[in-house]
Amino acid sequence: MNKDSLRYRSEILQSLRGFFQQRQAMEVDVPVLARSTVTDINIESINVEVFGNIGYLQTSPEYFMKRLLACGVGDIFCLGKAFRDSEVGRRHNPEFTMLEWYRCGWDEHQLMAEVADLICELVQRHASVDLAVSKVSYADCFTKYLGVDPHNAQLAVLQQMAVAASSDNWATETRGNCLDLLFSFSVEPQLHRGLVFVYDYPACQAALSQIYLNDHGQTVSRRFEVFFNGMELANGYAELTDADEQKARFEKDIGQRLLGNKPAVAVDNKFIEALELGLPACAGVALGVDRLLMQLLDVESIAQVMPFSWERC
Amino acid sequence: MANYSTNEFRSGLKLMLDGDPCSILENEFVKPGKGQAFSRVKLRNLKTGRVIEKTFKSGESLEGADVLDMDMQYLYEDGEFWYFMEPNTFEQHQASESAVGDAVKWLSEQDICVVTLYNGAPLSVVPPNHVELSIAQTDPGLRGDTAQGGSKPAKLVTGAVVKVPLFLEEGEVIKVDTRTGEYQGRVK
Repeated sequence: MNKDSLRYRSEILQSLRGFFQQRQAMEVDVPVLARSTVTDINIESINVEVFGNIGYLQTSPEYFMKRLLACGVGDIFCLGKAFRDSEVGRRHNPEFTMLEWYRCGWDEHQLMAEVADLICELVQRHASVDLAVSKVSYADCFTKYLGVDPHNAQLAVLQQMAVAASSDNWATETRGNCLDLLFSFSVEPQLHRGLVFVYDYPACQAALSQIYLNDHGQTVSRRFEVFFNGMELANGYAELTDADEQKARFEKDIGQRLLGNKPAVAVDNKFIEALELGLPACAGVALGVDRLLMQLLDVESIAQVMPFSWERC
Repeated sequence: MANYSTNEFRSGLKLMLDGDPCSILENEFVKPGKGQAFSRVKLRNLKTGRVIEKTFKSGESLEGADVLDMDMQYLYEDGEFWYFMEPNTFEQHQASESAVGDAVKWLSEQDICVVTLYNGAPLSVVPPNHVELSIAQTDPGLRGDTAQGGSKPAKLVTGAVVKVPLFLEEGEVIKVDTRTGEYQGRVK
């Protein structure tokens, strides 16, 4: 990272804070070190020893932010560090900067509009160009680029396509893994330049979002992802507020972790208690700030936008 | 051999894939935020030289390949095998025609080559980057043509055919870059 990029990074961080100050969201700086962590089967926390017990560096500020929302603090944002183990590459660093925010009473489409406002404003101010913005459902992406309906296609068909897109060891993979592979290898590279919002993700990839029956009769999750010039930038939900449903999903994750020989993780009961207390209807999104900088500065590697990437730490 | 997990994959690592030793050329980490992480790997099959692409889920592992690159001196060939010697131990290894491959057209006795051993036996041979060999056969050059810098084919004693300047004659020794097969100069 050179001196100009470091200054640019500083300006972007200021602009991000300015955007939310103007739009009346409060900044919260929640802990990055906690006694609990996420159960997601594809996200590994970094464990640390705290007073002789296990502690976790947080993979996102989500649970703490939702606990604040349940206390009735209103719209909030957090601009801070998140940590994920075993993620390092051209677009990944085990420690990275994440912007996450929540809007009470909004749905995911309203939040997508605000994400577009934010990015377009930054690009206008810092690069003086207009950005193309488009929206497409997850199903339409698959139909358009792969000619297959991701919600109804038979598993064997998806497995065959995964083999064709990668290698023969994919013939027996799960539905979720085949969809992830096909999306990463065959859809993502073909997405339009500019900002593309992909919404209505498969129900099996709902994570912490609501599941609903959409106008096309598909049972899908109210989750969206944002792609900036074909690179995954942000992930958002119309948030699941039902404590029992959330707990059931966590327990399902824990079961799958056990089957997959992944490190055991316990349910974060303080988070579940907050949902029982009552999380207001809200939408939230998390955005990778380093990736945003990669696109704004048009560089190939995340190391080029960080003062110190993991290789140099 | 030890097993290597995808997060230890890096270029140059030698692994067993479908029964053949391979060397990693490139490894790209791909991960959708909430989804399965992959390693998209390009490998060279060290037996066939073929480049393969393979995608692994993060956390999968492959067995390491017992592959070792070693400097050895080329001794002689007996029509069936080519013999190489480890300079320190004087241990000799016989390499088959398929192991020697294209290197055969550059080999002259006593040259130091890189021999890749797989389970202790030669798998491939890389000749020295530069070799000095004499011309076995070439057409006589025409006087006066040197200024134009034209070239003609010359067959070397080892069998390789190299383009050389017109003024060179049979019996002269030249220096050749074995990586490109290009003439580098005359050796006096």
